[in-house]
Amino acid sequence: MARHLQDTIYKYVTMCLSGVALALIFIIIGVLIDSSYPALVVYGSKFFTSITWNAELTGSICYTSGIAHMCGATFGVLVYLTGTLLSSGIALLIGAPAAVGLAIVLAEIAPRRLASPISFVMELMAGIPSVIYGFWGILVLVPYLKSTLEVGLSHSLSSVPIFSGAVFSAGLLASGLILALMITPIIASISRDAMRQTPEGLKEAGRALGLTDWEITYKVVLPYARTSIIGSIALGLGRALGETMAVALVCGGASNFLPKTFFYPINTMAAFIVFQLDAAFTDPSGMSISVLAEMALLLMAITMIVNVVARLLVRRGFVSRPENLIQV
Amino acid sequence: MEPDREPTNSVQLQDSFSFEGPVRPRNYTRRKALNLFVKGLLIVAAVLVLYPVVDILYLFAYKGLQVISISRLIETTAGAASFNPHAAGGLANAILGTLFIVGLSSMIAVPLGVFGGVYLAEFSNDNRFSSIVRFFADVLAGVPSIILGYVGFLVLVLRFNLGYSALGAAIVLSVLMFPYTVRATELALKRVPNGIKEGALALGSSKTTIINRLSLKFALPGILTGILLSLSISVGETAPLLYTAGFSDYINWTACCHTQIGYLTYVVFTFYTIPTTNAIDLSYLATFLLILIVLVINIVARVGLRRLSRDLESRI
Repeated sequence: MARHLQDTIYKYVTMCLSGVALALIFIIIGVLIDSSYPALVVYGSKFFTSITWNAELTGSICYTSGIAHMCGATFGVLVYLTGTLLSSGIALLIGAPAAVGLAIVLAEIAPRRLASPISFVMELMAGIPSVIYGFWGILVLVPYLKSTLEVGLSHSLSSVPIFSGAVFSAGLLASGLILALMITPIIASISRDAMRQTPEGLKEAGRALGLTDWEITYKVVLPYARTSIIGSIALGLGRALGETMAVALVCGGASNFLPKTFFYPINTMAAFIVFQLDAAFTDPSGMSISVLAEMALLLMAITMIVNVVARLLVRRGFVSRPENLIQV
Repeated sequence: MEPDREPTNSVQLQDSFSFEGPVRPRNYTRRKALNLFVKGLLIVAAVLVLYPVVDILYLFAYKGLQVISISRLIETTAGAASFNPHAAGGLANAILGTLFIVGLSSMIAVPLGVFGGVYLAEFSNDNRFSSIVRFFADVLAGVPSIILGYVGFLVLVLRFNLGYSALGAAIVLSVLMFPYTVRATELALKRVPNGIKEGALALGSSKTTIINRLSLKFALPGILTGILLSLSISVGETAPLLYTAGFSDYINWTACCHTQIGYLTYVVFTFYTIPTTNAIDLSYLATFLLILIVLVINIVARVGLRRLSRDLESRI
């Protein structure tokens, strides 16, 4: 009897602990909604349509519906929302094909003896801290873009509007490339694992019909792993949307204008929250804190939708080893 | 569907009984060429994607070994920004601060996560609640770390008035580690062979005993892998710490409250903008140390522990 009681207690205590995951999500969303309420009341939909961010930190305090804010301050998320979406979009355009290519190399082309060290490098790629990617971006990628790639693009494609005009040192293209690198290991490792699960019999049937290796990959392996690959790309998108430090270092820190070419400086929601650390303290009305909470809430909503879709697509089954979990 | 082989070819074979070599699939040469071309393209793509990692490892190993010295490892960053070319200043405060914050956060996240995982693997029978928990754990793992940092700032720094502190930073990082620990524990426990548990059950052990004495022991390598990899993520986090830990030039072991604390990623993020050689060198050194930590953790987790778990499995 005492034993039975012990088991029951153990069960319910661990049940509460596992429920912490649920509680945390609700706490995060609850806190963000609660904190962004003043901004929602004062600025309403202007928050989503304005491209100007001007906190008027030195002005005087006005009141709207009893809520304190700086007179004449404008807060528009549009520049940062655009930056987030565009940089992640570029990251997907470049990163997803490259990552799926890497996955095909690992699962289908490279011999096992070569595939495992490459896999290790790829796993390391997932483990390198975001801020180090950013630092590398400043030291290597941005100078390269400025001196070579962007100049080349703007010379050879000057008739295409998005590739023409002045070349900046850090901006949209640099952010997109860095993000592409960072999402590659996520997409590649999940896609590789999914491709490796293709039943050997299906591939052998293809071989017996005289298909070449690429035809087997294209007509048998890729269709078999398609859902998981799309899911992994969605997971990569979720990561890119919320990526902070790397982008903060190479985005160029734009504010109050929208990018017109691939070379423009941009800013993303995640990076901007980092840059606004000081404003959170220096705004005498405290409105900046509320507006940033609203921005965080918007980012949270976007990444959550993307991640939920991704989770539904990536089949649960093949995440079976603890060390594979980390990229997912 | 069109047949893959030339029909005339097979007819000829039947009529004349002459052997004209193996039957060639249609467009054989073109398809072979395409096969080679795509393979080459994929290999080029793989090399292009992996090149930056190799470059990152090489660049920072090279720079790091240039700037590393004993004094830089045992002195604090106080005075590092001075324009004196022989300025003192090292990373002791940041190294110890990172270890302190990450140590504290695993003290919070590991017990919660491991026993949460025990429920999912051993008690839940995959009921509705457990699938909801799994789903939310996955969602939590996908929340951008800057959001965790900002919520930590709103709740801990402002509302609970902890100010910038190691404790606040550790709580935020533990939120980051928690979902990984839960899921890694669950997966590791589910890989423990049922035979062992059933044997113990047949001998009259209680469920509690089986979990604590058998399952957790056999799952230990997997659990440790999960914990180590989530530690390596925490060590490299910057965004959540900016809003919760601040930064300090001095070593402090005070967890709470209104006491800022140093950490390595801050040095990487900010010191390269300080126009003195020493500060820039320190940001290279901090990068080098971070990569070293991540590398060691990854090797231990993926190679060492995998071997350990294989040993355990072979003894069953």
